[in-house]
Amino acid sequence: MAILYLPRFQGAALAVWRRNTLVWRKLAGPSIFINFGEPFLYLLGLGYGLGLFIGEMMNMPYLTFLASGILASSSMNTASFEAMFSVFTRMIPQKTYEAILTTPLEVQDILAGEMLWCATKCIISGSAILIVAALLGAVHDWHALWVPLVLFLVGLCFSGMGLVMTALAPGYDFFNYYVTLVLTPMFILSGVFYPVTSLPVALQSLVQLLPLSHAVDLIRPLVAGLPLSNVAGHIAVLAGYGLAGYLIAVHLTRRRLLV
Amino acid sequence: MSSVVQIEGLVKRYDGREVVRGIDLSVPAGCCFGVLGPNGAGKTTTLRVLLGQSPVNGGEIRVFGLPIPQSGRAVRARTGVVPQADNLDPDFTVAENLRVYGRYFGIPFATLETRLRELLEFVGLTERADARIATLSGGMKRRLIFARALINDPELVVLDEPTTGLDPQVRHMIWGRLRDLRQSGKTLLLTTHYMEEAERLCDELVILDQGRILEQGTPAALIKKHAEPEVIEVRGEERLARQALVSSGDGRFEAIGDTCYYYTRDARAVVKRLEGMSGLAFLHRPANLEDVFLKLTGRELRD
Repeated sequence: MAILYLPRFQGAALAVWRRNTLVWRKLAGPSIFINFGEPFLYLLGLGYGLGLFIGEMMNMPYLTFLASGILASSSMNTASFEAMFSVFTRMIPQKTYEAILTTPLEVQDILAGEMLWCATKCIISGSAILIVAALLGAVHDWHALWVPLVLFLVGLCFSGMGLVMTALAPGYDFFNYYVTLVLTPMFILSGVFYPVTSLPVALQSLVQLLPLSHAVDLIRPLVAGLPLSNVAGHIAVLAGYGLAGYLIAVHLTRRRLLV
Repeated sequence: MSSVVQIEGLVKRYDGREVVRGIDLSVPAGCCFGVLGPNGAGKTTTLRVLLGQSPVNGGEIRVFGLPIPQSGRAVRARTGVVPQADNLDPDFTVAENLRVYGRYFGIPFATLETRLRELLEFVGLTERADARIATLSGGMKRRLIFARALINDPELVVLDEPTTGLDPQVRHMIWGRLRDLRQSGKTLLLTTHYMEEAERLCDELVILDQGRILEQGTPAALIKKHAEPEVIEVRGEERLARQALVSSGDGRFEAIGDTCYYYTRDARAVVKRLEGMSGLAFLHRPANLEDVFLKLTGRELRD
């Protein structure tokens, strides 16, 4: 059995993306309110509050340090939760995919469309955070305008991984394992709140294997106006996780739905 | 006449259990073709297979002359599907359901909007175009699913138990629409376990049981072949009914549930006898497809 299912990106996957966009537009008001409200709370509460004691971290105000970390981690959460809870709803209880699979689309198109949508959502919520951060004076460089593009990649990465969990999930409770064992440790260890270099060396190399730290390493210099390093490496890790997740998810989801 | 669907030697196993055991099937173009069978006979599996939604363990399938599953996309682009269960998109209104579904086929905007209006008219849902799915009755949902199956102007329409659980009004409406579609030259392939539905609609049908085809033909030919032309149904105490019927002639006697059936070439003598008896209600009618179905598939219950 062939492992590689390449989607027909032009029409098919975009139809799924458009479906989700249409649903989102119906609830856009509350959704955007949360997109702006949450980072305000985080950046004001933690950034100013903690920043008062911390002052600078790695040659930048703590608010800038934290804002760039939150940009990465919130995209991780946005993409992961959309790819798990929302996709599971469409796949199993709501039978949306069952209906779509009677059209020319195949599983690989549906999942490609879902990943594009998750990544789009990351751009939407990430841009809100970026605007809030800029209003609070945490953004130091026009290069920050590249951040949404990075968040798109971060979205593809984590939605690909989340889709694997969804393909395996017997029910919603299953996602708790992934959140507790993978997402939360990554959130705490990947340099969102403090530099990875303050961790024990062994832990540092482990963190380097996980995608979130690479997202942080791309975003932080763009926001702080510092030079980027190892850009290709960071992009490769994020893209690699996303692509591997996609291919595994397509394989597992086909096995689950095409019986 | 060319075949729209051609299945040869189809075998399908679930966890080592063979649910389809060597089916040959040929659906001629422009025909309304019925697949009849008790629950678990393999009807739905067969439909899923020919849409390329289910891998097979043996056999060759061609739809529009194209091989399945390799050409699944191309086949589904020209096919409409009415699934057994409701899978409308609850996030959308009636019209949005059709619009979003139409986009999966890549139908251009103007064509889609025109067709959308025509189809809502066709199934009598124009007034409800902006209603949310949750506010629709079961019959309306079924009609919308039916309209959705036609959004790509399909050459073949596959219907999996299209009228199960519907009230008589909706059922008759759908039957009428199916006849319209057949008139306009489309090929229809439907599964059902309503014999009346099959007898009314199908030009040709197969009776499927335990993964095998038991019989194939036109409804009239099957009735002629397998059932005596006249039937007497008697409701009441079985012992009494049996006595009255069996002693009346050389007909065939069967008891299913609380009803006794007596199949015969000439029912005059039995009718006369039953009219003279009190305590037994009886019905004298011509044989129908249900008689054939029960004879071929037996009378034990299926799950």
